Amino acid sequence: MRRLLASESNASIVAPAVNWRRIALTWFALPLSAVGALLVGALLIAAFGSNPISGYHALINGAFGGGYALSSTAVKAVPLLLVGVGICISFRANVLNIGGEGQIAMGGLAATATALAVPHLPAVLLVPLVLLAGVGGGFVWGAVPGFFKAYFNVNEILSTIMLNLVAVQLMNYLLAGPMIDTTTPFAVTGKIPQTRLLSKNAWLPIIVHGTQLHLGVVIAVAVALLAYVLLWQTGFGFRLRAVGLSREAATYAGMPVKRTTTLALALSGAFCGLAGAILVFGGISHRMVTDGSLTGFTGSAGFNGIVVALFGGLNPLWTIVSAFLFGGLLVGGTALQGATGVPTDLVTTIEGLVVIFVVSIDFLRRRARVRAEEPPERPGTRTRTRPGLLRLMRARA
Amino acid sequence: MVAKGPGDAPVVLEMQGITKRFPGVLANDHVDFDVRSGEVHTLFGENGAGKSTLMSILYGLHRADEGVTLLDGEPVTIGSPAEAIRLGIGMIHQHFMLVPTLTVAENVSLGLASTRGPLKDTRRVSQRIEELSSAYGIRVNPAAAVWQLSVGERQRVEIIKALYREARLLILDEPTAVLTPGEVDDLFRVLAQMRSDGRSMVFISHKLREVLALSDRITVLRAGRNVGTVLPAEVSEERLAELMVGRHIGAERPSPQGPSPAGEALLRVRDLVVRGDRGADTVTGVSLDVRAGEIVGIAGVSGNGQRELAEAIACLRSPSRGTIRVGGVDLAGRNAAGARRAGLGFVPEERMRDGVIGDFSVSENLMLVDAAKAAFSRWGFLRGRSIRSYCAERVSTFDVRTPGLETPTRNLSGGNIQKLILARELSGNPKVLLVAQPTRGIDVAATRYIHERLREQARKGIAVLVVSEDLDEVINLADRILVMYEGRIIGEAGARTTTREALGLMLAGVAAAPAGAAAGSSAG
Repeated sequence: MRRLLASESNASIVAPAVNWRRIALTWFALPLSAVGALLVGALLIAAFGSNPISGYHALINGAFGGGYALSSTAVKAVPLLLVGVGICISFRANVLNIGGEGQIAMGGLAATATALAVPHLPAVLLVPLVLLAGVGGGFVWGAVPGFFKAYFNVNEILSTIMLNLVAVQLMNYLLAGPMIDTTTPFAVTGKIPQTRLLSKNAWLPIIVHGTQLHLGVVIAVAVALLAYVLLWQTGFGFRLRAVGLSREAATYAGMPVKRTTTLALALSGAFCGLAGAILVFGGISHRMVTDGSLTGFTGSAGFNGIVVALFGGLNPLWTIVSAFLFGGLLVGGTALQGATGVPTDLVTTIEGLVVIFVVSIDFLRRRARVRAEEPPERPGTRTRTRPGLLRLMRARA
Repeated sequence: MVAKGPGDAPVVLEMQGITKRFPGVLANDHVDFDVRSGEVHTLFGENGAGKSTLMSILYGLHRADEGVTLLDGEPVTIGSPAEAIRLGIGMIHQHFMLVPTLTVAENVSLGLASTRGPLKDTRRVSQRIEELSSAYGIRVNPAAAVWQLSVGERQRVEIIKALYREARLLILDEPTAVLTPGEVDDLFRVLAQMRSDGRSMVFISHKLREVLALSDRITVLRAGRNVGTVLPAEVSEERLAELMVGRHIGAERPSPQGPSPAGEALLRVRDLVVRGDRGADTVTGVSLDVRAGEIVGIAGVSGNGQRELAEAIACLRSPSRGTIRVGGVDLAGRNAAGARRAGLGFVPEERMRDGVIGDFSVSENLMLVDAAKAAFSRWGFLRGRSIRSYCAERVSTFDVRTPGLETPTRNLSGGNIQKLILARELSGNPKVLLVAQPTRGIDVAATRYIHERLREQARKGIAVLVVSEDLDEVINLADRILVMYEGRIIGEAGARTTTREALGLMLAGVAAAPAGAAAGSSAG
């Protein structure tokens, strides 16, 4: 390589100048946007007559102060991380998966049904089995819109959102009907749409005694590492990124563009489905319960995972960090509320502010980076940038 | 030099000494051009001769670096299409500027003030459209949605739109390129009617016959210069073709090559029919052979089916009829990967869109087409070390100037990107190499390098097919030249035996004496 470079002391070599503006945009824009959101949040806390400093102190303490707090944050981060990793996969293929919520629910239902069907299998078999069932449920729920996107050019934003609505109805029907708890007489509980207590053999084992830290945390991190390897070290990942950056070039290169597109969304759904299984078997109630909404089950992980992935630069490794921070925001939000007495809605508002800031900055950053990087347009050349959420949405509008 | 116009009608438009430079190109070099009232004045010339630039300046899309534009004798500066429209200039672009979801009437009145304030005045607009329709014999239905209309109908809407805006000078940029012969006749009737009405038209075309049939005067541009304004009655087809392509001799061609070795025909195309993007057949029966060791060039003005022919051979577009064989293997039903397995290398026309992925690194682009090969991937995992050594070898063998293998490809110059693509496409030792527009937009040094590499491949026994709109390139490179016109090969010439004039005639649609027979015999 050195010999190669030495032989090219030619004027036409592109000088690799240090582009400070680009570095700033790459490394500091997102963290700064989060800080900005928290500053606006501080104003809101102050407006409610509380001290923002002590509030945020409580938030950080509640999220990251001590072993128990950290383990709670890690557990909260698991669904965010798994959805985020799924989003990394689909967005890298230029497929916008907005159906994480439905895919989580389908994964949870498939896993629950499995545990109800074969409750007596030993844990070494049943735990992997229910997790795989979750993966399968999400895979199918992602493959359907993926297939229609790839072969019939059906807009996947619409189809995945619509499938969320189908999923919630299916969940409510199954939990209130075929899968309802029949072990407790209705006379005692009323007709609550929930399953019976699921087989203990399917519960995710706790790793650190005295905390909530269960096997799901390890699995989620391992899955993120695997996704990184998949994207950057395998032929499939190479094709997936090629399809995402340029369908034309991928077609020209002879890649199976349609199959890759379908698989990208199916895989994305599979990760969400795994999150669903872990929510059921790593939860506290060890039943699948519905309050009638998807959010009641998912905690909006299907949407927040998108922000987590964008915050992580659509890179599964950075998504681990990003999911942990967002998990901290969720856990710490409760502590903030406890310390300052601000209403729950305010905590949700602050979370929402972070989301809005991150998404907007992500958009601005991409636009600015294009400007900072692009040489003036040469005749006969066209350039492309990495897919950004808003850019993609605008392009489709 | 300047011919007298018919009836010596007053001059409406005068452009004097128009000069326009783009980076590295002198698109217009002190061009003088004028249009009289009630005439069709044709701009004639090769691709890149400067016709569109001149008209873009007139329509306010570009600004001239030098020169003045006079309208009715008054100097004007036209800074935007809106000003051009206000001055009574209309333009029919090759790609129509219509909103598909709106109706004809809505498109026509788009951007104009309504007589009913904020409300639409569809009825009044429709009425006016019908008046114009009957006055000029243009059949359109004001209530029809544009997406339902054929290409020819959309063009009529564009003309109505210009007439509705009271255009008295209409620029038509290759209006016949998208039309069927019947629609061309209709268009010419409309234009004749407009001419007799005292309106003026600038007509841009590459087709000799129709230019001679329609024009009152013809101005020929070559390499950005006005090389002559002639009257159709006083000029022969040969003279016009010669004006278009010039008489200079290709300079680059190295030591005379021996007669091309008559090797085995590695690429055989028979009776190929290919449908274009607009739904009409753009390749209408092409047969050709390329033998081992020879370079065959396909010349033609853009839009005569060369792009679709190349895409069909590369299996990016499935032909509706005909066969393609590479080294005896039928390509029917294969995709691009299948074509490569049969022994085809393909350098595409749009290199930034199809050939490489700008955000991918140099090494990722080098392995784009064979990432799945055993040499690069084991058990589905990419083999980093062998990929790196392979890419380093390719980059140095093909002199791709890059800071490193991990550099994003879009930071490379066009010439280096083309070398990268060539390096990749030749890595599979293809039997046939198809190169579309090998050096479009590429600097001289890289052009020379790429030409040399193509000749070297031919000497090694590869069959090379070059598709290019650059006539000099084809003459310099090819052993045989096939000229495409309206989807067919209308003539063949040996590169050493032909003249630019003969090629120029064929480019403009006038077939050489034994026309299709020549192509047919060599193919048979």
